[in-house]
Amino acid sequence: MIYFDNVTKKYKENFSLEGVTLSIAQGEFVSIVGHSGAGKTTLTKLILAEEAPTSGTVSFESTDIHKLSKSDLMNFRRKVGIVFQDFRLLPNRTAYENIAFAMEATGKRDEDIMEDVPHVLELVDLTNRAFHFPHQLSGGEKQRLAIARAIITQPDLIIADEPTGNLDPTNAIEVINILKKINDLGTTVILTTHNKSLVDGIKKRVITLENGRVIRDDKEGKYML
Amino acid sequence: MLIHAKRIIRTGWNSFVRSGFTSIASILIMTITLFVMTSLIFVQASLNASLNEIKDKVDVTIYFVPGADETSILKVEDSLKKLPEIKTISYTSAVDALSNFKDKHSNDYLTLQALDELNDNPLGASLNIKANDPSQYESISKYFENDNALSKGALTIIDKIDYSQNKLVIDRLTSIISGAKNLGFAVSIVLMIISIIITFNTIRLIIFMSKDEISVMRLVGAGTKYVQGPFIVSGILVGVCSALLTILIFIPVSIWLGNHMTDFIGINLYQYYRSNFLQLFIIMLGSGIALGSISSFFAISRYLRK
Repeated sequence: MIYFDNVTKKYKENFSLEGVTLSIAQGEFVSIVGHSGAGKTTLTKLILAEEAPTSGTVSFESTDIHKLSKSDLMNFRRKVGIVFQDFRLLPNRTAYENIAFAMEATGKRDEDIMEDVPHVLELVDLTNRAFHFPHQLSGGEKQRLAIARAIITQPDLIIADEPTGNLDPTNAIEVINILKKINDLGTTVILTTHNKSLVDGIKKRVITLENGRVIRDDKEGKYML
Repeated sequence: MLIHAKRIIRTGWNSFVRSGFTSIASILIMTITLFVMTSLIFVQASLNASLNEIKDKVDVTIYFVPGADETSILKVEDSLKKLPEIKTISYTSAVDALSNFKDKHSNDYLTLQALDELNDNPLGASLNIKANDPSQYESISKYFENDNALSKGALTIIDKIDYSQNKLVIDRLTSIISGAKNLGFAVSIVLMIISIIITFNTIRLIIFMSKDEISVMRLVGAGTKYVQGPFIVSGILVGVCSALLTILIFIPVSIWLGNHMTDFIGINLYQYYRSNFLQLFIIMLGSGIALGSISSFFAISRYLRK
């Protein structure tokens, strides 16, 4: 599904990723681990075409993501749900509107939005917070809202970049459980994290990065650094 | 398409209302800009009124020799009326000139006595000419230098034309008038550009604060128009509110100016405001909407490249 072919990303003189080659299949749950600055976030940014590689190609199915036109890139991004460490919710919109926005952006009908959003709110246990603004929600609630926004369009792939970084252990476990549930339904999940116990508990594929290089890729791996 | 427009308008409205303080700040800044613009229109109006008043005071008089034949004078008047530069001509006969002189010097016993002793009317008839523009007096006066332009012998009955005496004053007034107009226009343009830049930068700053929000919208797959639209709608709403606020502020301002400054300015600005209310309102509303939407459009464009 996702293919990195000898991808290098340099910021000025520093390598953020160097010669990375890997592939992620449909339906996989992949944890990408590594120290700060190892290149985890760069890897996700390259998938989202937020950054372009210095050399090498990043492909989705058989298409080079970085050669997509503006409108094709927009359509590609609609197939990907994103969850960030800092939530990145729209501050002037309620929880309901934050989720609805992703559907509105893809041109869904109002009737579909009114039907689907309450379902997803229920799934992440935020029904009673639907009309609260992000600043009125706790960290855990914000992250659950971000996940709800990511899954509402039923994407093929979910990228969760350090989603538990700002959460207490209970909320962190809850977020990981939601991601596992989503993966069980067939959506590919890419998770980047620092959290050893969470990764060990997932018992799925683990890719370890160090100084921009892939140093381990284990099918049922553990966090080892 | 329609569903998109509806969503964009709704989202723009919500964002405008929910942004509270930021919306108020943009409205205030844009109100200042519109206030400056409207003030400049007022300044131009009062400047024009003063200049017209000055222009109206400038004229040229052709004095005829005493005893000149009235038919010949009227022929001169007829030929002058054909000149496109001339706005009005008024004829004062020798009799009228004498009676005006007597009225003017009614308290000057010595002069009146001297006049009585002459037995004859020493004053000639005259033609008072007003041109459309002060700069045209010179060409009117040159008209008399060419004998062929007038009926034969007309020049012999002309005693003098006071253009040459007034030339310096007329020239100076002409240059002051055109200088004041040009300066007024240049100052207006500069002030307008400054206030537009300030408004543009305020809106740019507000959109800069939303740059993370814009990048998230892009990442969830929102199209350019869908991201841009609500910001432009908010910009338009800021423009409309600012125009309404400016129009309200100018009601007491113009009443005060009308009551206290009419003599100084030479025009009653309250009456001017009332009689031109619709045009001024359309100018303010149009400028507000254009400024708000164009500023938002350009400010957001740089965040939409990716």
